[in-house]
Amino acid sequence: MGAGHAHRLYRHGHSPVHGLPPHTKLAAAFLFVVVVVSTPREAMWAFAVYAVLLASVAYHARVPAGFLLRRLLIEVPFVAFAVLMPFVAEGERVHVLGLSLSVNGLWGAWNVLAKGTLGVAASVLLAATTELRELLLGLQRLKLPPLLVQIASFMIRYGDVITDEMRRMRIARESRGFEAKGVRHWGVLAKSAGALFIRSYERGERVHLAMVSRGYAGSMPVIDEVTASGAQWRHALALPCAALVVCLLGWFL
Amino acid sequence: MHVPDGFIDAPTSAVAGVVAAGALAVSLRGARRELDERTAPLAGLVAAFIFAVQMLNFPVAAGTSGHLLGGALAAILVGPYTAVLCVSVVLLMQGVLFADGGLTALGVNITDMALVTTVVSYAVFRGLLAVLPRKRRSVTVASFVAALLSVPAAAVAFTLVYAIGGTTDVSIGKVATAMIGVHVLIGIGEAVITALTVGAVIAVRPDLVHGARGLRQRLRLRVDGALVDAPAAEPATPAPAAARTSRRTLWVTGLVTSLVLAGFVSFYASADPDGLEKVAHDKGIDKKEEEHAAADSPLADYGVKDISDARLSGGLAGVIGVGVTVVAGSAVFWALRRRRGDDASPVNTSV
Repeated sequence: MGAGHAHRLYRHGHSPVHGLPPHTKLAAAFLFVVVVVSTPREAMWAFAVYAVLLASVAYHARVPAGFLLRRLLIEVPFVAFAVLMPFVAEGERVHVLGLSLSVNGLWGAWNVLAKGTLGVAASVLLAATTELRELLLGLQRLKLPPLLVQIASFMIRYGDVITDEMRRMRIARESRGFEAKGVRHWGVLAKSAGALFIRSYERGERVHLAMVSRGYAGSMPVIDEVTASGAQWRHALALPCAALVVCLLGWFL
Repeated sequence: MHVPDGFIDAPTSAVAGVVAAGALAVSLRGARRELDERTAPLAGLVAAFIFAVQMLNFPVAAGTSGHLLGGALAAILVGPYTAVLCVSVVLLMQGVLFADGGLTALGVNITDMALVTTVVSYAVFRGLLAVLPRKRRSVTVASFVAALLSVPAAAVAFTLVYAIGGTTDVSIGKVATAMIGVHVLIGIGEAVITALTVGAVIAVRPDLVHGARGLRQRLRLRVDGALVDAPAAEPATPAPAAARTSRRTLWVTGLVTSLVLAGFVSFYASADPDGLEKVAHDKGIDKKEEEHAAADSPLADYGVKDISDARLSGGLAGVIGVGVTVVAGSAVFWALRRRRGDDASPVNTSV
């Protein structure tokens, strides 16, 4: 708790991108990904332009390349899947280095890799330049149901608490000489999960009582309303608009 | 199984998004029924629990390990609507924050992992509980089967979505074989863990398990060495019905109490203004010189009248004063009682 309350993915800064209202950034990231997904996969140069666009956003946000690339590692499972694709897909085959690969599979793998990577990079940039609280305010501003936003904010607020509780349970298990080695030890782990559920639920009940005693009646007061000026919207939407131009060029060229 | 961007084409993602939005809308309404105004904190904490428990690694063998997906577990522990909400919020946060699952694929992910797993597992669970004997072990067995089927069901749903809007033409047969084959294996693990976890919760707090609510044991007493059912047996009706009847009982009791209370208070009040009258009487005697200043309030007016009577005919004045007060007090309380009755009737109709 002493290490600040920002989440690990957030990178503190005062760049123009950090300063944009959260809902404009959310809208921009979402529209950008939609545009990327609807780009034809044969227009390979378009994806390079997208990457350049994202890189310029990262430059303006002063997010170092190493940080961005490290966060991209979350994609690795899909990369493994994409590598498998050329071997299993149908259609005509080409022979590269003695391997028989499907042309369609290669295109498919490229498609998933390119679009997936760009999507992950956009999400990472969004999370790196927007604080959690702001992100929730932005979601609320974008007319997500208030109850859903409340649930999300409680999940975020208590996620670390519950995770820490689980970590303490693990330390307690290990300090008693327990080491989970295989299926035989699932019973112990499942009992831990059950205890964790009971603790979480009871904590929820206590949190609710504490809120009721402070006057909670089903809705949270909106203390800081986020607003965006026309200029801020223009700045944020510059990214998806540029991407849209590239996408249209990709369809017609 | 988080689907990344670009895996499913844009139109199919949009349709899945609409389906997910509809499911969320229904679940929001349903969760309010399951948890009333406690929805936000409890569902939030359960979402945090699912988020945490997905990080709990279950070693399988030789370095490989799996983790819980949690859809079936959530449905059995907190009910299907809340479970859909919790898993969806987890997926939303994973997509926005951790870039785990694409933003455009959010609809596909929610439909697949929140909606299908929850609905299938809860339907199977309820169906089995209806057939199996009402025992704790039945709950464990039912949750095992429910979780076992929920994971391949999600794989089937994914295969269907892929068949409609997949971006690679891998034959559907291959996708189905691979997905369902792998997920049957995952489902076995999920089933064992879910059943063990539900069993662990039932052992400690059976009242928290949404799926085991009909399982409450009757209170039995040992009388002269023989077990007999406690005379005041618990109502066998399910919880919502019990709540409704208890509310009606509460209302009827409240009305009767208020009537009795009003009658009793009016009797009590008839005695009370006696004392008030006396005070007014005394005050009036004190302020007999300032009649006009005290004449504002009716009470003072009566007092003043009484005083003028009292001057003339000693004890008679007090009796008249009390009589007037009794009539006035009764009128006030009769009106009050009638208004209270009027107030109560709309409450009755609304309940």
